[in-house]
Amino acid sequence: MRITVDGRALDVPHGTLVAAAVEIAAPGRGARVSPAGLRRQPLCGMGVCGECRVTVDGLAHRLGCQSLCTPGMEIRTDE
Amino acid sequence: MNEPDSPAELHACVVVIGAGPGGLAAAVAAAESGVDVLLLDAAPLPGGQIWRARQGVAAEPVARALERLASAGVRVLASSRVVMSLPNRTLLIDGPQGARRLRWDRLILATGARERLLPFPGWTLPGVFGAGGLQALVKGGWPIRGRRVVVAGTGPLLLAAASTLRREGAQVVGLVEEARTDALARFAGKLAAHPRKAWQALGLGASLLGVPFIRGGRVVAAEGDGRVERVLLEGEGGRGHAIACDALAAGWGLIPQTELAQSLGCAIAPRLGAPAIVVDSAQRTSVDGVLAVGECTGVAGAVAAQLQGETAGRIIAAGLGAAARRPFEHAARLAREHAFAAAVAGTFPPPADWANRLSDDTLVCRCEDVPWSALRGQPDLRSAKLATRCGMGHCQGRLCHDTLAAVMHWPRLPARPPLSPAPLATLLAIDEHPSHQEPLQ
Repeated sequence: MRITVDGRALDVPHGTLVAAAVEIAAPGRGARVSPAGLRRQPLCGMGVCGECRVTVDGLAHRLGCQSLCTPGMEIRTDE
Repeated sequence: MNEPDSPAELHACVVVIGAGPGGLAAAVAAAESGVDVLLLDAAPLPGGQIWRARQGVAAEPVARALERLASAGVRVLASSRVVMSLPNRTLLIDGPQGARRLRWDRLILATGARERLLPFPGWTLPGVFGAGGLQALVKGGWPIRGRRVVVAGTGPLLLAAASTLRREGAQVVGLVEEARTDALARFAGKLAAHPRKAWQALGLGASLLGVPFIRGGRVVAAEGDGRVERVLLEGEGGRGHAIACDALAAGWGLIPQTELAQSLGCAIAPRLGAPAIVVDSAQRTSVDGVLAVGECTGVAGAVAAQLQGETAGRIIAAGLGAAARRPFEHAARLAREHAFAAAVAGTFPPPADWANRLSDDTLVCRCEDVPWSALRGQPDLRSAKLATRCGMGHCQGRLCHDTLAAVMHWPRLPARPPLSPAPLATLLAIDEHPSHQEPLQ
């Protein structure tokens, strides 16, 4: 299915987590920026730590590790 | 007993929180006795952590349970979280349908466990994950093929995580277990009394042939420029060395998730190495009408969770006058599972010396970037929180307060609503509740 991550189109298989799509789009770049400006990647993988938070279809602070990609989804990591 | 649901309010005779092995078993057992059941889970797909779907495909036991739930008419709410407990047996929940109140007559908590994720120098670098954390991400399509991964910490979950990562094409360049060789040998001796576990261990071992296995070893630091490039380790004899890698997957066992139980007023006490919801042999908590099953009552594995789930479902059905099977049928099997869990907890305890492993600039609170140097002079958790914002971020202290409670021997703080971050619109749904008495903080 076709989605976009930070404006860039990407094809991901069915069952792909939003957090995984962010990593596929830009390996190692991370999703969240901490208060001190440090890039972070997901830690817990199960919705506890919040390091995977991204904006999904305009909704801020969505947990990328608890959300599956859907066709046409727009993910932003830079907000 | 059933009243029609309104858009803002749902009702079920039995509400089950958590769709892992324990919650699924409880929901099936109650529903197949003819009781009205609603099952709620935070993840998009049921299964919990151990039965997590791989690339969207349900694990086999989950698929079977979901078929049975569907034929029994159970409502399953996915991607839904409990925001807080309200008076009069009501929960405020949030999910794809927005905020709603969920009324229950009986509540079964199957909230599971989370990984014990401890801070160490470099743990905030991209490329450092929980062990179960990376396993979960990889099952959701996180690219791992060809990457060099070090798996470290303590407990059987490390073997399972390493096995999954290897199967998905990762190069596991080190498996670092804190338990020492003699403790592992004693544990292997106890496995003889649990042939099924021994068989599982052999299978995992076979899947990891050729992986460098370091016993009595520990992670000292993760290092790299902008992301992890190597892991510094200390071996059994105190010798240090480094392993070059692309990822570190580190975890130190599991912690029961008791926040919802605490907010309901359920008694909590240490069990199998960590604070857990206190239950009796009928899985009843200290609060009338509230039962608990699985890892949130003490980390004992998926088999114990299923046995407890079936017990709870049958107990509730019998109490409501439905035709239920013998509720205590599983007592002997459950006792065996708990005996094994006690051996696991004894062999793979959480590290006792964690304060020695922190450097001044280690960020203990990842949400708010609070370093160890700002925390160690504080008198207690509340002061630390007020002075530094430690635990006031998204995770609400689920990571850093566990660490600090252990390292500083500080008492834990009571669970406070909201239990998970929620938009203001969600909290406004409380006000429609006529009997709400407590002020929001």
